[in-house]
This record gives sequence, structure tokens and C-alpha cells, in this order.
Amino acid sequence: MSNSMTLAEILERRGVSRRGFLKFSAGIASLMAMPPSMIPRIAAALENARRPSLIYLSFQECTGCTESLTRSHAPTLEGLIFEAISLDYHHTLQAAAGYGAEAARLQAMEENAGSYLVAVDGSVPLADPGYSTIAGVSNVDMLRETAEGAAAIIAIGTCASFGGIPHANPNPTGAVPISDIVKDKPIINVSGCPPIPTVITGVLAQYLTFGKLPELDDLGRPKAFFGQTIHDRCYRRPFYEKGQYAETFDDEGARKGWCLFRLGCKGPVTYNACATLKWNAGTSFPIESGHGCLGCSEPNFWDKGSFYDSLSATQWGSPANLGAAALAGAAIGAGSAMLARRQQKKAQEKQS
Amino acid sequence: MTLLDFARGPAMQWALIIFTIGIFWRLVGTVLLYRRRDFSQPRRKSGLPDGARAIVMRSVLPPELEHNIVFQHVTGYLWHIGYFVTVLFLGTHIPFFKSLLGFGWPHLPNAIVMIAAAVSLAVLVMLLVRRMLHPVLQKISTSDDYISVIVTILPLITGLISYANIGFIKETNLALHILSVELLLLWFPFGKLMHLFMTFPSRYQVGAAFGRRGVKA
Repeated sequence: MSNSMTLAEILERRGVSRRGFLKFSAGIASLMAMPPSMIPRIAAALENARRPSLIYLSFQECTGCTESLTRSHAPTLEGLIFEAISLDYHHTLQAAAGYGAEAARLQAMEENAGSYLVAVDGSVPLADPGYSTIAGVSNVDMLRETAEGAAAIIAIGTCASFGGIPHANPNPTGAVPISDIVKDKPIINVSGCPPIPTVITGVLAQYLTFGKLPELDDLGRPKAFFGQTIHDRCYRRPFYEKGQYAETFDDEGARKGWCLFRLGCKGPVTYNACATLKWNAGTSFPIESGHGCLGCSEPNFWDKGSFYDSLSATQWGSPANLGAAALAGAAIGAGSAMLARRQQKKAQEKQS
Repeated sequence: MTLLDFARGPAMQWALIIFTIGIFWRLVGTVLLYRRRDFSQPRRKSGLPDGARAIVMRSVLPPELEHNIVFQHVTGYLWHIGYFVTVLFLGTHIPFFKSLLGFGWPHLPNAIVMIAAAVSLAVLVMLLVRRMLHPVLQKISTSDDYISVIVTILPLITGLISYANIGFIKETNLALHILSVELLLLWFPFGKLMHLFMTFPSRYQVGAAFGRRGVKA
């Protein structure tokens, strides 16, 4: 498919109706919290958009992010939009391998210098670059080389955004997020383990529409999708407000669909769009399936204690610490009492 | 490490360690203090009835002081009860105690606890303002009085803000609430808040000592 074709031409060739396309545009406007008046502008911009080159790099990851993307209940408009991007390199998906595949990456970089997008999933190991290599090139070298001529970088998933599971204590590979290595390019963090496919396509659609990157929060995530917590939009929120909680996964509260806060739900401190966009073609999201949010789109979510510890539960250390503190306190108390006794005795001796 | 991680983790650990050291220091230090031997003939075999009676009688309004201290008496009970209901029976507080003690207990509906918290806060603020404006209270108040009231009020304010989710974002509100509780724990053993542990034993002690001499406490 030629990169010079517009998106409208590509979609038309694939049999997508005008009505379907406008529905998608309206969906994108709604996702990004834009007024309805923006729909024609989005549609016009998307229709005339040329296919930007996208180089997709996979580093220290589990392929969950790519799985999420490819299983975006195809064939959907989102899927087509993604296909409409010129995905010039994705070593998990592409048939080519070895030097041929790398040549495709280098060619895409050369032909689209300064305008291509780089999507990265996975973190980058720095302890020993040999921990993760592609065609003999270390992840850090490949990232630096590919990022150099990129217009922007999309860090897909929590590993690329914040280090993710490879970064978890004790971080044996010295894993770091993309933002620790690339400092001179705009980076959009689309976190989540994995991220919601609609969020990835939404970010790409925004780039196609406006030719610029979306507004980001302080962690570099698009505000349109990460502006509110799971808790803010959770359908179980009224139960939280009333103080009605499931205490176990099979008690009456769980059966009645009460709040999962006390079962460890991290929804109140997790920013993502799961509660609104949902998963599997909008079927449900973890809380709807009866399990609390793990907080997977937040940095260091793996190192924040048990997934089943409530946010109110304290990480108070060990009983040994408090036992030692009690003994130390008792010793100080005994010492001060002895001191007071001695002074009293002296005072009494003086009086007598 | 985020502010919430800090509040839930290291800050809580150190606050509890200092709290425990302070409590044991004060309790053991007080118990082991020198006491003059009482050579009088004991009027009763056991100090238990008089000690227990003193605990009860000192907790009710004495008729002879009814007009003088009724305001402090009622407001004192009001905010203490509200405070304990809030601390011990809010649904989201139980996991804290469960993580600390290994067991939990049933909670009350949020609507009831929030009313208790609001009443407690209103009364505490009123008492603080009164302390600051009343000419006699001004003179007899020490820094301990002010610090103790303020560190007691702060968790209520931050807790209500966190519940209503206003001001900062949720995790900052929650972190500030936990930090305010840690401030309370840090100050607790070193000021008059220690009365939580001292009041009833000292009432018992006075009652038992008076009873031994045949005097009503």
C-alpha cells in the first residue's frame, strides 16, 4: 500500500462506508473529550491524512502489548486505522527476519527522516546490553539510532513508559523506561499492562488529525485517556460512597457487586480509561469481572505490595521492628525511672 | 517513590516505631517511679472496688460542678465519641487495623461515620477557637495544648477532604491524610494525648489509694 494514499482512499478501498467513517470520527472526538463541533474537522483531517511511517520496536517485553493491539477485535475501524499507518517495521509481526527486516527499518528511517513515528514496547536493559538484542544490536543502541530521526516516540505499555515488570525490584537487568534514554524527542507514554488498544489507536488518530501530539499529564500520558482515575468512572463507585464493600471474593457483597476497595482495588489511584473504554470490544473491564484494579498503568505498580492489600492497609514493616521498639522504649522508661528515683533519694537525704 | 508510597511505607514504619518507643517509655517510666510506702492500716482487702468506682465516677458530671463544667463535659464527650466512631468504624479504616493487628471488625455505613466525623471536627474547632479567645484559657494553655488539638484535628480535615475528593488529586489527598495520622502518632506519646493510656489507670490508682484509707475518691 502506497504511503502517498490518503486515509480516505485506503478506507474506501477496504469497503468502509462514509457513515462508518464518521461514526469513528465521532468516537475519537468523544474519547478525547472534544465537542461535537470537532467531528467534521477530525473527519476531514483523517480523510486527507497521509500514512505516516511507524517503526515498532519491541524490547524487554512479554508481547502482551502487541497482543492487545492485534486483538483489537478486528476487523474494526480502529484496526483499519492502525493498518492505515504504514507499519514499516515490527519484528514480532513481520514475516521478514534478520538482515532483511533490519534493512526495512533502516530504509523507513531514511525515507521518512524527521517525520516517522517510533512505537516502543518493553523496557531497555542497561546492566548488560547483551540481555536483549535484535539482530545483534542491543536495545539501547537500536533505540538511540531509531529515535534520532523520529518525529515522536510512543512508549506503549508500562514497561516502555515506566520500566514495568522488568524494572521491578531487584531489577536484575537494569531495566529503564524509554524516557531515561531518549531526552530530545517528544515521548507519549501509553501505559498499561497491556494498554487499551483503543487508547493506542486514539493517540495515533489524534496525531493524524492534528499533526501534533496530545496534551499529556505529568507522567507523559495523554490526558484524554489518563485524565481520570478508574475510581472516578467506576460503576461500583456508589457502593464505595455508601461504605458497602466486598470482604472476600465470594461473599454476599461480592455477589451483589459491591465495591472492591477492601479486596485491594487500586482504582482510586490509577489513571486509565478501562472503566469507560473497557476491553474486548467494550465488553467489560477487570472490576466488572469481579477483580480489583491492579494499578497496572502506574509506575512501579509491581513493587507496591500485594495486589490484594487495600490502599488503607499500611506497609508497617515487621512485628520484630515494633517488638524492638517496645523493648527500647521500656529500657528508656526504666532508665529514666531509675534516674528519677536516685534524684528523689538524694533530695530526701538532703531533707533529713 | 510517590508521596503516597512514602506515606504508606517508610513514614508509617517510622511513625509506628517512634510511637511504640514513646508509649513504652512513658508507661514503664511512670509505673517504675518511686512511690512512698503507705504505712496506714488498709480499710479494704482489695483496691479493686474503689479503683473501679473512681473510673466510673470521674467519668460522669459531678453534681457540685454541674454548672461550671457542663459545656466542657458535653463537648468533650461529643468529639471523643465522634472521633472514635470515625477512627474505628469507617469501612476504609478497618483494613489498616487488620494489616496492623491481624484482625478486623464490622464497620458502620459511611453516612453515619461522616456525620460523626463532621460533628467531631466542628466541636474540636470550636474548642480550639475558645481556647484561643477565652482570657483564662489563654493564660493556662501551653504549646502542648495547641499542638495536641491541631494534630488531632488534621486527620479529620484531611480525611474528610480525601473522602470528598476535593482539592488535590485523590492520591495526594490520601497521602496527606496518612501523613497527618503519622504526625498524630509522632506527637502522641510526648504530649497530653498520652491521656488515652494514662486516664483510666490513674483514676484507678487514685480510687484504690483513697479507698485504702477509707476515703471516697
